[in-house]
Amino acid sequence: MSNKYMPHTEEDIRVMLDKIGVNTIDDLYSDVPQEVIYKEEYDIPSAMSEIELRRHFEELGKKNQRLTVFAGGGVYDHYSPSTVAHLLQRSEFYTAYTPYQPEISQGTLQYIFEYQSIISELTGMEATNASMYDGATATAEAMFMMVASAKKKNRVLLSATIADRVINVVKTYGKFHGVEVTVIPEKDGITDFDAVKEELTKGDVAGLIVPTPNKYGIIEDFSGYAETLHAVKAYLCVNADPSTLAVLRTPAEWGADVACGDGQSLGMPLNFGGPYLGYISCAKGMLRKMPGRVVGATKDADGKRSFVLTLQAREQHIRREKATSNICSNQSLMALYATIYVALMGKQGMREVNIKSCDGAHYLYDALLATGKFQPLFPGKPFLKEFVMTTDLDIKALNERLLENGIMGGLDLGDGKISFAVTEKRTKEEIDNLISLILA
Amino acid sequence: MKYYDKLIFELSRPGRKGYELPNNNFGNDAFSKLPSDLMREVPAELPEVSELDVVRHYTNLSMKNFGVDTGFYPLGSCTMKYNPKINEEVAQIPEFTAIHPLQDEKSVQGALELYYNLQKALANIAGLYEFTLNPYAGAHGELTGLMVMKSYHLANGDTKRTKVIVPNSAHGTNPASAMVAGLEVVEVKSKPNGSIDVEDLRPLLDDTVAGIMMTNPNTLGMFETEIMEIAKLVHEAGGLLYYDGANLNPLLGKVRPGDMGFDIMHINLHKTFSTPHGGGGPGSGPVGVTERLAKFLPNPKVKKNEDGTFSIVTSDDSLGSISTFLGNFGVMMRAYAYILTLGKENIRNVGPLATLNANYIKESLKDDYLLPIEGVCKHEFVFDGLKDKSTHVTTLNVAKRLLDYGFHAPTIYFPLLFHESMMIEPTETESLETLNEFIDVMHKVAAEARETPEKVIEAPLTTLVRKLDETGAAKNPVLTYRHLQAENAKGAAE
Repeated sequence: MSNKYMPHTEEDIRVMLDKIGVNTIDDLYSDVPQEVIYKEEYDIPSAMSEIELRRHFEELGKKNQRLTVFAGGGVYDHYSPSTVAHLLQRSEFYTAYTPYQPEISQGTLQYIFEYQSIISELTGMEATNASMYDGATATAEAMFMMVASAKKKNRVLLSATIADRVINVVKTYGKFHGVEVTVIPEKDGITDFDAVKEELTKGDVAGLIVPTPNKYGIIEDFSGYAETLHAVKAYLCVNADPSTLAVLRTPAEWGADVACGDGQSLGMPLNFGGPYLGYISCAKGMLRKMPGRVVGATKDADGKRSFVLTLQAREQHIRREKATSNICSNQSLMALYATIYVALMGKQGMREVNIKSCDGAHYLYDALLATGKFQPLFPGKPFLKEFVMTTDLDIKALNERLLENGIMGGLDLGDGKISFAVTEKRTKEEIDNLISLILA
Repeated sequence: MKYYDKLIFELSRPGRKGYELPNNNFGNDAFSKLPSDLMREVPAELPEVSELDVVRHYTNLSMKNFGVDTGFYPLGSCTMKYNPKINEEVAQIPEFTAIHPLQDEKSVQGALELYYNLQKALANIAGLYEFTLNPYAGAHGELTGLMVMKSYHLANGDTKRTKVIVPNSAHGTNPASAMVAGLEVVEVKSKPNGSIDVEDLRPLLDDTVAGIMMTNPNTLGMFETEIMEIAKLVHEAGGLLYYDGANLNPLLGKVRPGDMGFDIMHINLHKTFSTPHGGGGPGSGPVGVTERLAKFLPNPKVKKNEDGTFSIVTSDDSLGSISTFLGNFGVMMRAYAYILTLGKENIRNVGPLATLNANYIKESLKDDYLLPIEGVCKHEFVFDGLKDKSTHVTTLNVAKRLLDYGFHAPTIYFPLLFHESMMIEPTETESLETLNEFIDVMHKVAAEARETPEKVIEAPLTTLVRKLDETGAAKNPVLTYRHLQAENAKGAAE
């Protein structure tokens, strides 16, 4: 029965069965009703050696195409220094469980503390949890936080300028849990604040969630939002791309009570959609409503500085059905990824990433305009690394042609709208080549 | 080696850097033209460190951690099996890691094929019809599965079914997931032997019951022998059975949850299918269902077309989406590599050998530790602390003493059925020698508890840090470097 992952020799098995006092391993299943014992062979392939397995994955990989990416949609092709992936290979990190035994888990606990500190610096908020599954589920949890904090109000407003994929997940969570979700319409590509004010007059709104940058890449101006919401005891949550917060006005500076979003932009590989991480940060008053794990600093019996999971009274394993959330795990290893990435890029690098992405995106924007075939969907609206154009060109045919040339073109938003994104990885030559292919 | 406890922020020196970016000069100064009132006022205080600073810092941190690669990790309910290295290698193939989730389907056929094939393999192993791989973790799978359950009843116009029956021995996520899904939790009692009390269950089953959440073997590691009766009763009452896949490992090669009457289940790929726990994630919690429930699975889904190609589709019957894209794809790759490596020949030995290992430890230690439930266990079992209660040495003390001897502790104080629960799960990847070493140490700790109890109560004595002030941490939360600086300033002022 042995295999490279199962070290049992026939003799081992004999010794163990004797100790247990049974004759065969099957005897260990004698309490299982015979009718449910599975006697067939699984319908899966035969065992593969490493050589065969590697070949199999390489063959599968050949059916994917690595592209030069000019699209975003919430997932950005930022550069990640080689060091990040190398350090993530330390198996003391990746083969550990949740740090429930702090005495032998200080490595995990400390990097989570650093992660919380870094995200709190980026968002400007008081505290951050140890990470969530993704940006969309973090936004849904932010909705629950606001409802739990705003007593007896059960409705949350969601700007239509939040990415559709995020809105969909929030709606699913709201529908099942019993929180009413109202989508606030957009006006000229930004949140219609008059519509927000209108909804607030009904007195049942727990909070509002708005994005920065929004799904069109526009940097919205939330001046007056927090004051207006707080005046009626409602909360403001800003869903923000954390990479951009190195330069853009932060959720805290907009007066937000909660910040959330997806950590992918912190250098994470595209990974076909995951794993990334979701983050949640909050103001001091919301701390005990925040879901998920939180690490705090403390001292050990000898007075040494150390770290530990804290505020666990909020969590499911203690509170069961009275918990604020059912979340148990986090995306710990991806939190380590984000931490190492930001540590390497540092104060200067995080700024430089944004400057280079922004300059590149505007270079593409100007070049597209110059072709005479594209017009901005929302002229004059400020953007950083992503923007939307309209065109009479057949977008599907255009993207097919780009794909043949190893390029992922802009996202087809329908009705002649196309969304482009540029990161610091894109060169002038790549952009010029994109333009010449468009004109070809 | 020297004790290391610096924070990355404490290595920071203004002007130092750990990266280089190409000098793309677009000559447009676009960034500087952005409206200043949209820009952040105060810069983020991020570390400024060199590349070597970063490498040494995180390498030192890693050495303060205990993983499966460090030593035996008998953490009950967590299935800390070995995480094969070839899985890590194939999951790093750039043709998978460097593809964007919104690329044209034509350019990601390999990824979609992997998703589809893994889904099929899990369905076969589980005895169910179809899986979604989108849920990110076990608890997320539970939530998704309960959403399927609710959607099914609502589609039948059965709006009264709002209750989920959960055993009082269940994992804490079960009732919490039910709460998030907008369902009401009703507890069913366990018998003294830990299995569900069918007589207590019977009267609970009326037309307000959406279903029951169970794990089998249960959280005591015992097989629920009355499962067929329970399934019959729940189905007759119009309810559905949800299987918490946290305890699937002992069933590999022996029993398929679908064959026991379960309608919905989740699998923890990071438990049964060997993907690393990552210090708490990323995991993956695929959800499988029977044929009649398949249409309710979340969007998006991966479909195989008649011409053999694969597509990403959405359907209106679906409960909606629960993830931005198709879940933790990187984790799926590792699980798929594990299934292919073991193949149909070896995967059927996983459950039996995990069960053999658990029973061997149980039988070897029951002279010193209190075994509240006799009989054959499956992949794990629970001791109710030391047998000799006169020493006043608790389960927590024993757990901490194990750290001194280089073992990870078992799961402690769960399940809640006993005061001194100590839940041990060895997994099939451990050798007889490792089990024997653990058994010897457990005996030694029991002897210490009798002879020098103060030593065990003081433990851990040799770890890098000792007992932590957890109460202080919760009372005065210091959650960021900024908080820490404020604390230090306060300390200096006093």
